[in-house]
Amino acid sequence: MAKTAKIEVKDQDLLGSLRGFFRSLLEKGELQAVMVPQHLPMKNTVMPTLVTDPEKINGADPLAPVFPINAAKVVSKLTRRPLGGQVAAVLRPCEIRAFIELVKLKQGSMEDVVLVGVDCYGAYSNDNYPRFVGDEGAASTIRFYQNVTSGKGTAYEDFDISPACKACEYPVPDNADLLIGLVGVETSDHLLVKANTPKGEELLGRLGLPSGQEAAERAKAIEALVAERIAYRDQMFDETSHATADIQKLTSYLANCVNCYNCRVACPVCYCKECVFVTDVFDHEPMQYLRWARRKGIIKMPTDTVFYHITRLAHMSTACIGCGQCSNACPNNIPVMEIFRTVANYTQKAFDYQAGRSVEDEPPLSVFREAEFRELTGGKD
Amino acid sequence: MADFEPTIIAFVCNWCTYTAADLAGTSRLAYPPNVRMIRMMCTGMVDPKYVIKAFLEGADAVLISGCHPGDCHYINGNYKARRRVKLLKEILPRFGIDEKRLKLTWIGASEGVDFAETVKEMVAEIKALGPSNIKEQMVL
Repeated sequence: MAKTAKIEVKDQDLLGSLRGFFRSLLEKGELQAVMVPQHLPMKNTVMPTLVTDPEKINGADPLAPVFPINAAKVVSKLTRRPLGGQVAAVLRPCEIRAFIELVKLKQGSMEDVVLVGVDCYGAYSNDNYPRFVGDEGAASTIRFYQNVTSGKGTAYEDFDISPACKACEYPVPDNADLLIGLVGVETSDHLLVKANTPKGEELLGRLGLPSGQEAAERAKAIEALVAERIAYRDQMFDETSHATADIQKLTSYLANCVNCYNCRVACPVCYCKECVFVTDVFDHEPMQYLRWARRKGIIKMPTDTVFYHITRLAHMSTACIGCGQCSNACPNNIPVMEIFRTVANYTQKAFDYQAGRSVEDEPPLSVFREAEFRELTGGKD
Repeated sequence: MADFEPTIIAFVCNWCTYTAADLAGTSRLAYPPNVRMIRMMCTGMVDPKYVIKAFLEGADAVLISGCHPGDCHYINGNYKARRRVKLLKEILPRFGIDEKRLKLTWIGASEGVDFAETVKEMVAEIKALGPSNIKEQMVL
């Protein structure tokens, strides 16, 4: 039975209450630091910050509908070797799921970090968020949140939250140590806090929050949100499958790729320390290009774009958690997330694997069984 | 398409299937010359991108063949290969590459006859399936 508590919301000040909670994490939680997204003074942007001083957490805004990077990457930097104390990391559900994948790939550790997950209503792309936020800063977050809870939805002017978020069936961070619940919660009065693990319970115990209950409406509200997301996702799967059904279609789908590799830099689970596509293997001899061109009469430059994407699918589609940072990072607006999620849906099912679910599940390509997939060799051993 | 001769890229392991192919040759067993064999130390080192590259370059089929389960010279390379083939058989068909074009077999060093038969069967199967159209579809 998960332990629950509540954060009281006074004067409708949602962010103020959350900031108070983060401050108490630092003051009472026996933590070295809290990592939380904050509005930065420069350019009205929101970035993860690592805070040790309770007075410097006043711009915290984990509800801002933007995440310029998947913060699993920075938590990985913090935990890849002993950190010398406990840190709480305030993350979105997709960031937690990406971090779980990185831990399994030995690129991070759960040892020194308490994962604080916040319910997520989605985020705008890095391109669109500045248009949404204007000069309002945190006030725009409240505007977003009010639009969502009042039923107005997430669309703004001519854009909406990113397709990755619309297709995300995990808006609730069930695998966080400590969960902050908004969906189906009467947030004008309080926020739900729920400890899902012993580590979360221990931290919650130190905070001395008033006890709270998970309202019955919450399960219903989550169910409705997830159903909406799954409907969008399944339609996206269909459309993407159709748009990439053969190599010709795939080639035109990826036609604008310029081999910048931003998608793999932004990808939290693209785990190779050095990508093979930047090694000598792909630093072809100049004459090689001529040979290729002569063989066909023409080749597109740069080469190896389709090859790169299919190879990346082979590398990380089983770990894809669908955060959409690949699409976010693409300078040429290729719908990268759509194709990766669509293929990942097949590769993860094939190994009965769900990326980001649990550190206990073994990454499919890191293990094998002696008796499995015998149908591949016609049942022969 | 009666005169279609498929090109099959075969990644074979040094210890089992390559030796079997050698045995087929020294035993004077005839098999179709459609396979282009690439000798690997182990099927466990057949990187999925080798297979992807072969298809993108227009191969009509890819054969990966190694030691029987339990016989791997490196203990478990063939089990790893099997997972990678499973993975590729999920990815490639999404882009119109028929999963029948990728085949995994276990052929031990003494099974020259089995090697010749496997190649014969595979060539017949790919002839029935027709050529890969990737060469026409793909400007590198």
